[in-house]
Parts: sequence; structure tokens; C-alpha cells
Amino acid sequence: MIALPPYASILGLTVETGENGAPLLVMPFSGDVLGRPGFLHGGAIGGFLEMAAIVALQYALEAEGGGRIKPINVTVDYMRGGREKETRAQGIVTRLGTRVANVEAIAWQDDRDRPIAAARMNYLLARD
Amino acid sequence: MTNAALPPFDPHLFLSRGTGGHGGRLGLRYHAHGADWVELALPYDPAQIGDPASGVIASGPILTMMDMATSMAIWSRLGHFRAQATLDLRIDYLRPATPGKTVIGHGECYRITRAIAFIRGQAHDGDPDDPLAHVAGTYMFLEAQP
Repeated sequence: MIALPPYASILGLTVETGENGAPLLVMPFSGDVLGRPGFLHGGAIGGFLEMAAIVALQYALEAEGGGRIKPINVTVDYMRGGREKETRAQGIVTRLGTRVANVEAIAWQDDRDRPIAAARMNYLLARD
Repeated sequence: MTNAALPPFDPHLFLSRGTGGHGGRLGLRYHAHGADWVELALPYDPAQIGDPASGVIASGPILTMMDMATSMAIWSRLGHFRAQATLDLRIDYLRPATPGKTVIGHGECYRITRAIAFIRGQAHDGDPDDPLAHVAGTYMFLEAQP
């Protein structure tokens, strides 16, 4: 079971189960994630992608005994403006090493094949 | 070149109207600005915690502040507002923010071309010489330069 931190409530996030059981996050549209009129805030999209990456990594790490996760860095690419509608994001753990994990995340609205943004993250791990 | 149709960009005035939206929800405030830089402040708020065990805020609010500070730094350097969209933003998290402390985000625009603005910045929580995050990124202007 994935527990979301308080920050996730600001974004209004809920967890769904995606393909192969990995968690997927849903962010409803609200005034709290709005940027310029008519569009989601780039910062909210970036924070959302980071949350999707972290829950995907927690899920993968739990399967190997768990541990603590420290973010090292993130690079977000913005591809399309996020409109005033529900957004989904999925994190993909591309490598789960002993001390470092490489994770990608994509966010989309109507069509997963037309992402609004994507991110790459590196995390330091302290395994239990 | 100045754009006579637009009033000079004033970061303080821009934020004093209330940021509304996501920036307003996070409590982002104006802190300071110069010819090509803008500083915003993010007061500590337990609702923004990302790690309940330590009380450290999530990285998302810092990302949002740096996105806004660097965006506004571009308009500060231009001298006026111009519609733009973030192309990419990279953040290195140098250390966790100290629980209870306000985080200051310094955004700087160091180059503007016809289509792209290049930015960099740092965030700290009291001592600029002990930054907690470093950012670099680019923005694209939505309309081609006349």
C-alpha cells in the first residue's frame, strides 16, 4: 500500500493500479494546480511527475525489502500545455541499483501516447 | 527594444495582485528583484511536507517557485511581459530544505534569443552561500518576435 505525503493533497492526488500492478497517479483539475489562465502550472506538473516517480520507486523498492529514498535531481521536459482536465502520471523505474535508482515519469491527459510532460530522476537509496 | 504597448514589468506589482492558482495555493511571495533576476519566498507550510518522518517539504513546491522566479526573471530582463512556455527545467537537490524555514528562490535570465530564453537559479533557506537547490532550464516564446 502506497502512502502519499501531505504535499499530494495540495495536488489532489489519488493512487490507481496501473498495468502489471504498479501504482499510477491521478490529478483532478482544480484551481489549486492552475497556472496561466486555461493551463496547468508547470510547477504542479513537475511536482506531480516527481510524486509519480517516487511512488513507482517505493513500490519497486518494497518488493526488495524497502528503504529510504533521497532525490538527487530531476529534469522535466514540457511537451504540451496541460489543459483544465484530469491528468494521469506513471513512473517507470529504469534501473534499481544498490545505491542509486534511475526513474522516468510521464504525464498525459486524453491520450497516453501524447504526453504533456515527462521527467527523468535520479535517487539515492538507503536500503533497509 | 521596448514594447510600447505593454507597461514595464514590475515583479512586485505582478505578485501583489495575488498569484492565485498553484502559486497562491503554495503561499509564494515576492522577495526582491534586479535587472535580470527575481527572488520569491516560500514560507514553510506543513501541508507541503513530502517526507513525514523528517518534516522536510516536497521538492514540488521548490520546483514551482523556481519555475515562477526564473519565468519572471525573463520578463525582468526583457522589461515587459511576454507569453512563454517552459521547455525544460532541471533541478539538482543539493540538500534537504530545513523544516520550519522559509525557502528563497533566486531566478536569473542570462540569455535571450529570438525564440528561447535561458535561465539558471538557486534556492536557499537563509544563507545564499549554502544553497539547497540549483536549477537550469529554457523557455520558448509563444509568438515569434516581430
